Amino acid sequence: MLEIKNLHASINGKEILKGINLTVKPGEIHAIMGPNGSGKSTLSSVLTGNPAFQVTEGEVHFYGKNLLELSPEDRSREGVFLSFQYPVEIPGVSMVNFMRTAVNEHRKYKGLDPMSASDFLKLMREKKDLVELDNKLANRSVNEGFSGGEKKRNEIFQMAMLEPRLSILDETDSGLDIDALRIVANGVNKLKSKDNASIVITHYQRLLDYIVPDFVHVLYKGRIVKSAGKELALELEEKGYDWIKKELGE
Amino acid sequence: MEIEQSYIKIYKDFGQLIKDNSAEVMNRERDKAFARFEELGFPTTKLEDYKHTDIRSRYAIDFGMNIRRVEFPINPYSVFKCDVPGINSHLFFIVNDSFYHDPQGDTTNKEIEDLISQGVLIGSLKEHAEKQPDLVAKYYGKAANVQNDGSVAFNAAFAQDGFFLYVPKNVVIEKPIQLINVMRATTDTMANSRNLIVLEEGAKAKFLVCAHTMDACNFLSNRVTEVFVGKNASYEHYKLENTSYNMTNIGSLYVEQSEGSNVLVNEMTLHNGFTRNNICINLNGEHAEALLCGMAIGDKEELIDNTTAINHNVSHCHSKELYKYVLNDKATGVFAGRILVKQDAQKTEAYQSNKNLCATKDAHVYSKPQLEIYADDVKCSHGATTGQIDDNALFYMRSRGISEREARMLLMLAFTNDVIENISVEALKNRIHLLVEKRFRGELSKCAGCIICKE
Amino acid sequence: MEENIVDKVTQGEYKYGFVTDIETEIIPKGLNEDIIRIISKKKEEPDWLLDLRLKAYRHWCTLKMPHWAHLNIPEIDYQNIYYFAAPKSNPAPKDLSEVDPELIKTFNKLGIPLEEQKQLSGMAVDAVMDSISVKTTYKENLAELGIIFCSFSEAVRDYPDLVRQYFGSVVPYTDNFFAALNSAVFSDGSFIYIPKGVRCPMELSTYFRINAAQTGQFERTLIIADDDSYVSYLEGCTAPMRDENQLHAAIVELVVHDRAEIKYSTVQNWYPGDKQGKGGIYNFVTKRALCKGDDSKISWTQVETGSAITWKYPSCILMGNNSVGEFYSVAVTNNYQQADTGTKMIHIGKNTKSHVVSKGISAGHSQNSYRGLVKISQKADGARNFSQCDSLLLGDKCGAHTFPYMDIHNDTAIVEHEATTSKINEDQIFYCNQRGISNEDAVGLIVNGYAKEVINKLPMEFAVEAQKLLSISLENSVG
Repeated sequence: MLEIKNLHASINGKEILKGINLTVKPGEIHAIMGPNGSGKSTLSSVLTGNPAFQVTEGEVHFYGKNLLELSPEDRSREGVFLSFQYPVEIPGVSMVNFMRTAVNEHRKYKGLDPMSASDFLKLMREKKDLVELDNKLANRSVNEGFSGGEKKRNEIFQMAMLEPRLSILDETDSGLDIDALRIVANGVNKLKSKDNASIVITHYQRLLDYIVPDFVHVLYKGRIVKSAGKELALELEEKGYDWIKKELGE
Repeated sequence: MEIEQSYIKIYKDFGQLIKDNSAEVMNRERDKAFARFEELGFPTTKLEDYKHTDIRSRYAIDFGMNIRRVEFPINPYSVFKCDVPGINSHLFFIVNDSFYHDPQGDTTNKEIEDLISQGVLIGSLKEHAEKQPDLVAKYYGKAANVQNDGSVAFNAAFAQDGFFLYVPKNVVIEKPIQLINVMRATTDTMANSRNLIVLEEGAKAKFLVCAHTMDACNFLSNRVTEVFVGKNASYEHYKLENTSYNMTNIGSLYVEQSEGSNVLVNEMTLHNGFTRNNICINLNGEHAEALLCGMAIGDKEELIDNTTAINHNVSHCHSKELYKYVLNDKATGVFAGRILVKQDAQKTEAYQSNKNLCATKDAHVYSKPQLEIYADDVKCSHGATTGQIDDNALFYMRSRGISEREARMLLMLAFTNDVIENISVEALKNRIHLLVEKRFRGELSKCAGCIICKE
Repeated sequence: MEENIVDKVTQGEYKYGFVTDIETEIIPKGLNEDIIRIISKKKEEPDWLLDLRLKAYRHWCTLKMPHWAHLNIPEIDYQNIYYFAAPKSNPAPKDLSEVDPELIKTFNKLGIPLEEQKQLSGMAVDAVMDSISVKTTYKENLAELGIIFCSFSEAVRDYPDLVRQYFGSVVPYTDNFFAALNSAVFSDGSFIYIPKGVRCPMELSTYFRINAAQTGQFERTLIIADDDSYVSYLEGCTAPMRDENQLHAAIVELVVHDRAEIKYSTVQNWYPGDKQGKGGIYNFVTKRALCKGDDSKISWTQVETGSAITWKYPSCILMGNNSVGEFYSVAVTNNYQQADTGTKMIHIGKNTKSHVVSKGISAGHSQNSYRGLVKISQKADGARNFSQCDSLLLGDKCGAHTFPYMDIHNDTAIVEHEATTSKINEDQIFYCNQRGISNEDAVGLIVNGYAKEVINKLPMEFAVEAQKLLSISLENSVG
């Protein structure tokens, strides 16, 4: 479904990604790990089209479509979802209004009629339970005044609402206590199917206890320097990132 | 003084006619006001308070004035029919500069009769000034700043009629009173009118003013409203402007608050041409509270100027002020807000905030928040920001599949949200939410009818 | 007890209020074209400068004193002022031995030794008394680096081309009433030129002293920082205690070229008048910096404690792309002092940034206003401004006012202004009291803490002085 070839990207003229290659197939879970500043979050930003980053070289195809040519909203409508590391607070825009707009734009893209208000509220109720999101939160402004854990649960809730084909979870575990982590991971696991895939970006192995990856990649200095099965995560946890540096001869 | 000359001549030639067609109480200070206007002229941009708003040049058009008070052949009650469930207001009209009498209209219905039986006076200012000269004389012209503002002096010289509301002690009017100022003419027309609202101790009233234009000629309205809010009384004042590019709208609102009174003023400008709102709130009794807010959406070459003053004349009063502007195209937004805390007005709390969104290079914002404080035991602050839509929020929304245009719209709506939330009449609040959304979507036509009541 | 504190403190109030008994050369009172010719002649000026003075004078005659500030300015009789006064001594002392010992004593008393060896290392001083510069120290050492640091009169004589190129280029005489007056009768001041690529190794400073009675001081300062240069400049000022008001109307012009930076610090301690508001200096100053070059930077820091009336708006014209303007101010008013001060940030170049921090402290019967303009012109893409203006009130007879103006003509600009006004926190005072600190000291501590953000921007020696000043200025303000 997703094919990244030799992807280079920079911000303010500084190159962060220096040739990423990655292929993701339906049903797979890929974990991307790496030390701080290795480019993990940049990768998620570039895949979703954050205008702050410039792609300088390379290709990204999603189900055959050139992803890099699409606007951020069309990437979303194609089924690429990003769970933000730092979800933005949007005062004054209610969650209900926000989500209804998003869901209906997705439907319009697929040629479907907008959802009726009652159907929509029913859908919200169903999906909210999945991540045990408080009813009150849904009535508030987007992320405004949410705790760290609430924000992350809200991200997974939105993921459930939009049913993406590819979800990118950017440091979804950061700032979560163990209970919140379990709730979030449960949500993600329930949403998993043979048709969709996930890229889990994380610094620690902890999240991977709950969301078991098929592949683990180590990102270092803008490149994927090592790929293997889930056992790589454990090895990293044990030996630390210095081990990778040593292997690379640094 | 060329622009002034033609008006000075009109007054000199027709002064008697103006008086003959108004009430004696309104005529008492008329010559004095005219003399003051002769001295001051219209405010020019050389005056600090009018630096960015050249209202004088707006008078240059050769406007017609309806001094003889010829009635216009329309019945606004039949043109505007309220079809919004829940808004349910007492509806009144000022057509150009005259109070409109409808033989079958609201002025004679059961509910109004009921209010009248409780001592409420409501209707034409001219008529009530004739019927209750002492009551009207006690308040008329007592708050308006005739001495220092040429535009207000002009109004006092030329206004012949307007709206009057008197609410006796402890009488509560539940339903909002809605006054629609409508400009309707076949030639360029100017309207000067005057509103007087008096709430006695413990009274409650909600007042909604809508400004509209109905024809394509040039209009100028200069309206002065004086409000006296008695001890522990509660008053809400909403103003909604949805006029057109050919409209010059000069509104001056003076509110005098007694001890323990509570006032909300919320002025919203959706479409307009050239608008200047003067708002002055005097907190004259302890423990009075005022909430002043406003919002303006401007595009094309619209100009919206809100010049406000909140005067803390005594101690223990609270005021809060919030103004927001969203400007597109070549629109100009002017905000001047002055908070004055007099000496000995201790324990004052006054907060002011002005926030502006500038969406194009050619839009201009002039913001001038001011604090003038002569007492020490106070909590006062003001803040003003001008900026753009938050890129992070925009990207977040787009990454959820919301188009950029829609996301911008939602963010602009959100930006104006907290002003709209300060509407206590639920039906009106919902209505305004919808109107603002339509305005941002470009679906709100410039006024062709009452938008509160009719689409 | 309150009375005691007040009494105790008022005695120590203004320690620079002495008069130097020195023979002074003055020219007749009053202002007319002849007087201007005399001043110009005394200073042996070239014709172009005299012409300029006369033009400025003629323009001034057409102007009226401005009254827009939040100040109550008594009528000033411009014909009842001496426009030139100079200590009578050797007109151009070659070294210290030729300077009148009485003068040296005066500056010693003010804490400004003119003997280089006695000075704080790393600071060069130009000492100006009344209308002329007395002595400039370290001139030779600086000259080795190509830095010109001298009195304005010397600059006119020795570097006429430089002076002519920049004089009035930032503040033309048509700018305002006081600028026109200054341009007509200006006396002396400092001139600094920092050549390309030079970082001035020491702080340059000017010390202004008004001594003679009924005299106005009209100094003129011009600083030019050429490409890639840097200079930090300080000015200090004092005057004797006199019952009549004295006028001070200065012009300061700064020009900053590509990648250069000027840091300009002022500790203004002109005589503020007595407790009843009698006497004191009227301080009407036009200070403006032009960030002409790309990536240039100007930083104004001022601690204003003196003067009966202050009318002063150090400004930045941010013309070069990426140029930066900063304004840090502490203004203290006590007794019957009045201050209307602030800044103007005019954003013209792209990605220009400005930062304003203003801390007003009012006590007694004083009036303290912040007045500032932030203007973002249409071409100033990416301009940013943040302004923070806080006022602290000590006492219920004083006033604190904030008048910011924001004119924004660009959609990529972000402009933010915040202001708060409050009284001194009684809980903090009590907390100090409980720890055995007197009210007096507590106020001093709290006020210094409040002003710290600005004082920290001053060079070290000045910062210490400024802290002391703050405490002294407010000593009798809280009971």
